[in-house]
Amino acid sequence: MSTLAVHDHGVAHHEEGHEHHHDTFLTKYVFSQDHKMIAKQFLITGITMAVIAMLLSILFRIQLAYPDKSFPLLETLLGRFAPEGRLDPEFYLSLVTIHGTIMVFFVLTAGLSGTFSNLLIPLQVGARDMASPFINMLSYWFFLTACVIMLSSFFIQKGPAGPGWTIYPPLSALPTAMKGSGMGMTLWLISMVCFVASSLMGGINYVSTVLNMRTKGMDLWKMPLTIWAFFLTAILGVLSFPVLVAGVVLLIFDRSFGTSFYLSDIVVNGQVMPFEGGSPILFQHLFWFLGHPEVYIVIMPAMGISSEVMSVNSRKPIFGYHAMVYSLIGITVLSFIVWGHHMFITGMNPFLGGVFMITTLIIAVPSAVKTFNWLATLWRGNIRFTPAMLFAIGMVSFFISGGITGIFLGNAALDINLHDTYFVVAHFHLVMGSAAIFGMLAGVYHWFPKMFGKMMDEKLGYLHFWLTFIGAYLVFFPMHFMGLDGVPRRYYAFTEFASMQRWLSVNMFITWAAIMSACAQVAFLYNFITSIFWGRKATQNPWQANTLEWTTPVERLHGNWPGEIPSVYRWPYDYSKPGAEEDYILQTTPLSQTMSSNLPHDFEDNPAGLEALNKWTSTQKANEEVK
Amino acid sequence: MAFKKIIDSKKLLAFLTVFMLFGTNVLMAQTDASSPTGSKAGVNWLSVGYYVLLFLLIAISIAVIGKILKVYDLSQQIQGKKGIHWNNIMGVICLVFLVAGLGGAYWDITVQGSMTLPEAASKHGVKIDAMFLTTTIITLIVFVITQILLFTFLFRYRHSDKRRAYFLPHNNTIEKVWTIIPAIVLTILVIFGFFTWQEVENSSPVKGDVNIDVTGHQFAWEIRYAGPDGILGKKDFRLTAGANKLGIDFKDKNSMDDLQADTLVLPVNKVIRLNIFAQDVIHSVYMPHFRVQQNAVPGLPTFFKFTPTITTEEMRRKVDDPKFEYLLYCNKICGSSHYNMQRVVRVVTEGEYNQWIAKQKPYLTPALRTELKLAAADQKKSITQNRLALNN
Repeated sequence: MSTLAVHDHGVAHHEEGHEHHHDTFLTKYVFSQDHKMIAKQFLITGITMAVIAMLLSILFRIQLAYPDKSFPLLETLLGRFAPEGRLDPEFYLSLVTIHGTIMVFFVLTAGLSGTFSNLLIPLQVGARDMASPFINMLSYWFFLTACVIMLSSFFIQKGPAGPGWTIYPPLSALPTAMKGSGMGMTLWLISMVCFVASSLMGGINYVSTVLNMRTKGMDLWKMPLTIWAFFLTAILGVLSFPVLVAGVVLLIFDRSFGTSFYLSDIVVNGQVMPFEGGSPILFQHLFWFLGHPEVYIVIMPAMGISSEVMSVNSRKPIFGYHAMVYSLIGITVLSFIVWGHHMFITGMNPFLGGVFMITTLIIAVPSAVKTFNWLATLWRGNIRFTPAMLFAIGMVSFFISGGITGIFLGNAALDINLHDTYFVVAHFHLVMGSAAIFGMLAGVYHWFPKMFGKMMDEKLGYLHFWLTFIGAYLVFFPMHFMGLDGVPRRYYAFTEFASMQRWLSVNMFITWAAIMSACAQVAFLYNFITSIFWGRKATQNPWQANTLEWTTPVERLHGNWPGEIPSVYRWPYDYSKPGAEEDYILQTTPLSQTMSSNLPHDFEDNPAGLEALNKWTSTQKANEEVK
Repeated sequence: MAFKKIIDSKKLLAFLTVFMLFGTNVLMAQTDASSPTGSKAGVNWLSVGYYVLLFLLIAISIAVIGKILKVYDLSQQIQGKKGIHWNNIMGVICLVFLVAGLGGAYWDITVQGSMTLPEAASKHGVKIDAMFLTTTIITLIVFVITQILLFTFLFRYRHSDKRRAYFLPHNNTIEKVWTIIPAIVLTILVIFGFFTWQEVENSSPVKGDVNIDVTGHQFAWEIRYAGPDGILGKKDFRLTAGANKLGIDFKDKNSMDDLQADTLVLPVNKVIRLNIFAQDVIHSVYMPHFRVQQNAVPGLPTFFKFTPTITTEEMRRKVDDPKFEYLLYCNKICGSSHYNMQRVVRVVTEGEYNQWIAKQKPYLTPALRTELKLAAADQKKSITQNRLALNN
């Protein structure tokens, strides 16, 4: 039905179609093809996964803080995975692996892109629904299947996958190498194939919707930065995820069918294995060919959301809109040719390492431009501190703090000593973990009224923000120094090294900071759930924003706009325009209605309009002279 | 307003303190009591309950504070005044956060920064450290300036009904400036880094003064020194069996005098070439004091060449720790005991090195010799059979 509506939008008979259609519970909430409902499904699944992954991280943080202490409660909860109240070393690695996998893929890719691309692309470009609502629905169901399979690995005998979220073979390919490379690894691989299928279906939908289904007047340069970010993210995903599948399928072959794509010259426990001629480095190339674009898949939607939220709440146009778009494009293109910086010390040709170092450091330029443009957006703004705004600001702060350490790690010479240490952990948790999750939370607070028609509580939002913001810095800032002392990541305990024992007090501090941040999320969850049911009712445009989604009714119709889809006449960032009555002008307001605030710049490709403007200004002047 | 009275009566606060004191006492008593009896005590539900209650209490007090604020806000509005200026409060908190954050960062950098690795104990390490220092200075400047701008802007331009934001969609000049400046700075870093990297990885001449094989397996490092002939014999993973745990090919005459060691002893100021192998999964040879790291990949022999410059004795004096040892440890996830896969590295003078190496035992132990004599013929056969099988 919605496909029909999409193809002839603006035609009057569309409205009648709605009234004949009665949604059952199943079609409305479960097998829904409405992009807004699918967005909510992604969001709630994503939040659930995030909470699970966060709890896993608290478990291994406790182990790191108290490596010698026994917690009988853990044995009660985890059984054989925590004999005598202490985590099993292999289960520790499983926790690290699953925490990473869930956070990177299930929360920050599906939970972030899936939610906000689905919600905002049709609403902000002016479409009734996605290009293919059915595939959109399938995308969610594949995602949910992937989640269920991933979590089910906790219930098998040997526990979940354990070779780290990067699953480098041979560790992941040899079931005898560790418990986590057995059945758990198989489930991980199956789950990931489902996930990539979901991601591709989503991505193709996003790209085609943005390219084909923009409303009248919405040319590419009138799209909000959120849409640009989601669009480029989807392109990145569509081009890079298939490579991960290729890598994963070859790994499945190596594991199950005796091939040697990644394996060669292997002796396990004195047993000579028959594998010959493969290369473990090949997997790393395939993995990071997705893996590096993946971190931009994670951060770019957060950037888009933050740009939009910061512009709305500074009551100021985003500074350098074109530069923001070009830097996003620059990041998109460059992100395909930097993957080797994860492999400087793997034995890859050093000359290649040098080349990857150059491309990696170039990518810092568009990132720097974005940061400066955000700062310039705040300058002389009129900043409203909504929770969404605070989270967007937090995103910028984390992006700076985490981004600059990337300049160390992107430098091959420095990477020799920093590779795989806590410095790396600190770097990517700030720049991709914290920054991206803050972008996501900014989006949740900002578009909650659009999703549920209710407002979230602001005070609880403030509390949530400050506790999380301070907590995240307390957790990740000290980790840099552990890394600079040569403390490796993925160590079960630092008790075996005299030189690392002095970091134990720091580890305890980090753990308690992490527990505090985790508790702060209760404020969010409480706020989120209660606001859905008992929140204050939202108005149509609660933030006085310009973009199209705020012209839709609060009731959230299937098809988005009750009548014709509105046309777009201007860019989305006309905030505080001099001469305008209000400090915002909706994208749907024609220039002819805002003569007092029009600028020559608004008529760049429109000579007739410019002439009209000149005529208008000269008559204004004449009138004033008469007075 | 009976509700308000309860809150104001300070009973809650008193109750909270009493609870905390009692709880802490109970907890302390618990830990005291449980430690001598051992850890087989079962779940300490009392302390679990204590933490849960503590959390609930905090949550309740936050709810109470929230309600008070709401009541205050409403009463202000009834009196026709404006409620709490949250924008101002947030602006001030931003400023406080900036000051506290920069202070904290400074504290962290001075206190924990001084806990990091001592000076580089190798020739190339000094260059890496210089590169590191340059990068740190540049990035710290950027970090401090941008964070100060971010949070002062937030405070300075917090919302006011009287003001309108300044409409500034773009400014090409300033955008060009802040594209070009980072580009120049990064170009400098790239060039500096590229040449440092090339120098570190420079492999000519191929051989070092001392050549050592390091082989990683779950979960230990095997170290093989060349014997008096100075050449390491060939290896073949298919020969791994029994006492020949590295798969050394003893048909190669150079293998006969190869030595095994359990400490990596290095002569100071000599070029060391580590030949790095892995048997089962990927490991990583990490020697942070020398700024050395190279993955050990099964099927892909790698190497790292470096020159240690500070002996262990000297370093002990420098860091003022008589027990200090250089270490080699694994830095690539490799399984359950990944966290304990280490070897001591000792840098000594050339004389001491020569004395030490003379005492090391050869790989070809009498046991292995007998084993090989018996197995030599079998091996040959099985290899040819393998080849045949592959050809089919």
